[in-house]
Amino acid sequence: MAFTIFMLVVLVVIIAWIIGLYNTLVKTRNQVKNAWAQIDVQLKRRHDLIPNLVEVVKDYMEYEQETLEKVIQARNMAMAAEGVNATSEAENLLTGALKSLFALVENYPDLKANQNVTQLQEELTSTENKIAFARQYYNDSAMRMNNKIEIFPSNMVAVMFGFGKEDYFEVAASEKENVKVDLR
Amino acid sequence: MKTCPKCGYDQNPDEIPMCKLCGDVFESAAGEVGASNPGVAAFTSDSGGAELAKPGDISLEKRDFASEISANRGRTLTLMFFFPLLIVAMGWSAGEWFGGYSLYGIIAGVGIAVIYMLVSWFAGDKMILGVSKARPADKVRDFILINVVEEMSIASGMPMPKVYVIETKALNAFATGRSPAHASVAVTRGLIKKLNREELQAVVAHEMGHVRNFDIRYAMLVAAMVGAIVLLADAMRRSWWWGGRSRRTGSGSSGSYLIIIAILLAILAPVFAKLLQMAISRTREYLADATAVELTRNPVALANALEKLDNHVEEIPLPSANRATQHLFIVNPLRKFGAKSGALMSTHPPLQERIRRVKAMT
Repeated sequence: MAFTIFMLVVLVVIIAWIIGLYNTLVKTRNQVKNAWAQIDVQLKRRHDLIPNLVEVVKDYMEYEQETLEKVIQARNMAMAAEGVNATSEAENLLTGALKSLFALVENYPDLKANQNVTQLQEELTSTENKIAFARQYYNDSAMRMNNKIEIFPSNMVAVMFGFGKEDYFEVAASEKENVKVDLR
Repeated sequence: MKTCPKCGYDQNPDEIPMCKLCGDVFESAAGEVGASNPGVAAFTSDSGGAELAKPGDISLEKRDFASEISANRGRTLTLMFFFPLLIVAMGWSAGEWFGGYSLYGIIAGVGIAVIYMLVSWFAGDKMILGVSKARPADKVRDFILINVVEEMSIASGMPMPKVYVIETKALNAFATGRSPAHASVAVTRGLIKKLNREELQAVVAHEMGHVRNFDIRYAMLVAAMVGAIVLLADAMRRSWWWGGRSRRTGSGSSGSYLIIIAILLAILAPVFAKLLQMAISRTREYLADATAVELTRNPVALANALEKLDNHVEEIPLPSANRATQHLFIVNPLRKFGAKSGALMSTHPPLQERIRRVKAMT
């Protein structure tokens, strides 16, 4: 009798422990998903901001139509891209295109003095940063998830309920540097 | 490897349809966008060692944060235990002083302690922000600050804290609140003006470190309770001038040493309070600096920001900071009295040491 009770207690403890591990895994996976969604939110915001910027600068930058078209083109490509890798490549290109646009803005004193332009520039710089930080957080969360999936004992629970490993977001070397805008 | 036909910039990988340097679109690009190599790279980058290099280091940091959070929980519980004791003891000794009212003193002490603890838990952050003369950040005027805070909340995966500005030339910042979901970050106007965007980001990241480690909760409760104890002890000491014990009839033999205890308590209570404040380990500043680097991957900006703070803190003390709130700030806001900043009773570690450690992370 005592033995049966002992076995029952052990069983209950083990089940509670498995439930705990399972819940942690679910929480971590949701964190990863949320982190991924945050990247999309920021990318969308950048796509929304670009037409505004182009609209404001285009009157000043008559001789830079080519650059502006490239920015728009890169934006449309980024919006049309599907799949993780294609999206990330297209977004990288958009970052590059914006960088050259910002570099050109430096040559136009009128533009630099324009309140709208500085505001939009700050918004875009911040959005670039947010994209980078969202990716960084995504990777940190994915690493936490993958650690849990590989490390004993949570790996057993992960296998039992079919938790899969998360992919890391690959960061292009050129993109690690933020767009530098000196507002001072 | 692909070379841009226009500007000659060599790029890796091959599949990109557009030059990364000059933005020129390649002729053969259209169909190739989808084929990129699915490599795995968690923290690889060649931006010059701006990240916490080895995975081993990161797990060590993570462990430190977890232990810091549980240590803060322990400290909070200790505080919640000793604060009412101290208040009750003060109530009792005050009652004794005025002659035979020790029971009422104890009851009053319990009441005050409970109410005050509830108030400091739910409104401690508002009290601190109010005392520090912090105002909500303006959406138009402070939009860079708000953006920077939002960036850091994304980087840390925490909810967006409320953003406040203190209108003063002094350079300082603090965070407060009872949890990451109820957190506020306050920054001085001088800081916004003197620091560039990256340095401001580093300072905000440091504050987010305090938020994540739950330093803010303990520091908030200590600020509220230290303030209360100091105030009460002052009131008790002053009341002696108007003479107590007037209604006491026929002093018993136990009365005389109770009076001595009462006097001792009134004098020692602020010292106890100070000790509570000291229990906020100075290592938490190093830890928050480490978090700032983890979030921004930019130790140089944090080192520069600390350097600027170090240069200014002696010149302009923060007028709205006081002894109860000094431990909240990123650098000690009160003028130093010629003492070494590493001195025993300092609430902050020496800035040069912090800068040295941050630089060692590069």
